[in-house]
Amino acid sequence: MVVQKNNFSVALFSVLFGLIVGAIIMLVFGYNPISGYIALISSAFGSMQDIGGVLTQMTPLILTALGFTVASTAGFFNIGLSGQALAGWVGAVWYALSFPDMPAFVMIPSALILGTALGAVAGLIPGWLRAQFGASEVIVTIMMNYILLFLGNNILQNTMAKSIKESAETTKQVGHNASLQLKWLTDLTQGSSVSTGIFIALIMIVVVWFVMKKTTLGFEITAVGLNADAAKYAGVSAKRTAVVAMAISGGLAGLAGTIEGLGNYLNFFTQNSSPSIGFDGMAVALLGGGSYLGILGAAALFSVLKIGGLGMPMSSGVPFELVDIVIASIIFFVGANYLIRLIQKRIKAMDEKAAAQGAAKKSAKVASKQVKGGE
Amino acid sequence: MSLVAILTLVVSSTLVYSAPLIFTSIGGTFSERSGVVNVGLEGIMGMGAFASVVFNLTFANTFGTLTPWLGLVAGAIVGLVFSLLHAVATVTLRADHIISGTVINLMAPALGVFLIKVIYGKGQTEPISQDFGYANVPVLDKIPFIGPIFFEKTSAPAWLAIIVAVLSWYIIFKTKFGLRLRSVGENPQAADTLGLNVARLRYSGVMISGVLGGVGGAVVAQSISLNYSVGTIVGQGFVAMAAMIFGRWNPLGAMGASLFFGLSQSLAVVGAQLPGLKNVPSIWLQIAPYVLTIVVLVFFFGKTRAPKADGVNYIKAA
Repeated sequence: MVVQKNNFSVALFSVLFGLIVGAIIMLVFGYNPISGYIALISSAFGSMQDIGGVLTQMTPLILTALGFTVASTAGFFNIGLSGQALAGWVGAVWYALSFPDMPAFVMIPSALILGTALGAVAGLIPGWLRAQFGASEVIVTIMMNYILLFLGNNILQNTMAKSIKESAETTKQVGHNASLQLKWLTDLTQGSSVSTGIFIALIMIVVVWFVMKKTTLGFEITAVGLNADAAKYAGVSAKRTAVVAMAISGGLAGLAGTIEGLGNYLNFFTQNSSPSIGFDGMAVALLGGGSYLGILGAAALFSVLKIGGLGMPMSSGVPFELVDIVIASIIFFVGANYLIRLIQKRIKAMDEKAAAQGAAKKSAKVASKQVKGGE
Repeated sequence: MSLVAILTLVVSSTLVYSAPLIFTSIGGTFSERSGVVNVGLEGIMGMGAFASVVFNLTFANTFGTLTPWLGLVAGAIVGLVFSLLHAVATVTLRADHIISGTVINLMAPALGVFLIKVIYGKGQTEPISQDFGYANVPVLDKIPFIGPIFFEKTSAPAWLAIIVAVLSWYIIFKTKFGLRLRSVGENPQAADTLGLNVARLRYSGVMISGVLGGVGGAVVAQSISLNYSVGTIVGQGFVAMAAMIFGRWNPLGAMGASLFFGLSQSLAVVGAQLPGLKNVPSIWLQIAPYVLTIVVLVFFFGKTRAPKADGVNYIKAA
């Protein structure tokens, strides 16, 4: 099991410690940590546009983190989220550009389904290979990240019709019939690229929570993850469950990619490496500690740091990479929660000792009074 | 192009691309044999690449042609220090190995670029002046036919990597230390009962992976990318991890898998110069190594078995 349950205080301590590590690094390299963090906060919450940016950043991370969690509940380590997201992104944008005249109420649902399905297929393949042949899903998903990256770029550069491309490296923007952006939302956030995607992501948290916690399928996935042999003896098909879990995982990543395509960028362009939303989603899932509400909180925190970090070099001179160091440190402390629990235990023991001493003093006083009274 | 010329081109570029993978995948083997899963190889390579480039840029005038070799040492030391983070987290603080490895991977590029910006004031370094280039292996390059193909204008780090692979195989399977390391990875409780220090052995496993991963990154930086930026190490660590699993946690197997990956990566690069492959669309050459890996894995290897206690924290009874 990769994802463990953590209590809330561990997460809080981790965030605090992570920020302290960041502050120390800023101090060591001669930056002022206070102005650094003020710059971070003000560029994450300074305007409605910044808040829109945070929500845009959160959207795919929620979905890829959900995908990672589903796979790891079934006992799989899905490093392929990036590739699966890419499959959804390329597929959805290509489809949307190919049918510019389709009405929005047909186009948007079908594009979302297509992107999700492509991601699901990309997740299903390693799941099936693992179930059928015992091939390590870690290797297969790593390899598929590369395959999908090269295929995606090749489709853009060599397969797509010239008429839907801006240049050799970029497609045209998708039309209004396929865009997930909403006018009122764009106006509200002063032209940020936040879209309906954020609502889809929030709904998916509830849907995935429901499927995993309240349905037979979710129970089977959890059972296989905890003990595949026991699940088998209880009549669960471990193979089928493995394939389904990886397909759900990939589907969520594919949806994340689709929303990046139709909600955030509105196009597809040559990628130099697998999209980072896959790896970042993994980090969000780990930070969220396996709880679905935790994923929402972790995605929000992650995005505030990322968007806030963009403003740090301008106003305080601190390189943007500092926020990644802070994020990594936070996750380090979440992982090493034994340390935090140990500290908490120490504090508690000290409190108890102090309380016991206080009580001892009190009782001693009372006793002496009684003795006095007795005289 | 003559046959010898073709073979020379393919072999030398294969060795160039294989060398970092061989070092790093063997590093991973040491770590996982001791029972610590190391997803952080990618990050360790990144720090090794960072250190070697900074060293190379700073001391190129002082050490001349020796610089890249000393750069490897710099990469090894920084890789070692960085891997301690993983060792402390997993062995001492009982962190989940995947979480800790992910931290390493998130931390390395951020820290590397942060420091580069602090030192040089921009996000990537200048190209280094002293790189590995191509070297001849003395004596062996005089062998007819084989000499020119394998030992003339070849990658020196690759031959070092091959020697390290053989040495590592000997250490893991033929020495007392190796036996102990493996026993800790298979059944830490039994090893503990016999008086072995589980924590110390696991620390050494992870630290060896830090050294070799750092060297691997330094080789990439000083023979392929020739500078350091956020794009220097993108995915080589994960491929090395795949090579380790593919090689069944055996240094020689890891070396074989790394050579295979190196060959297919080099075909994607030099394929255009080769007769017969010239007319194949480049996309097929690009994805071939990865598709082939999956096919080989599925049909010829099937189930791979990790060391039994790989990724399982050992909590000593008080």
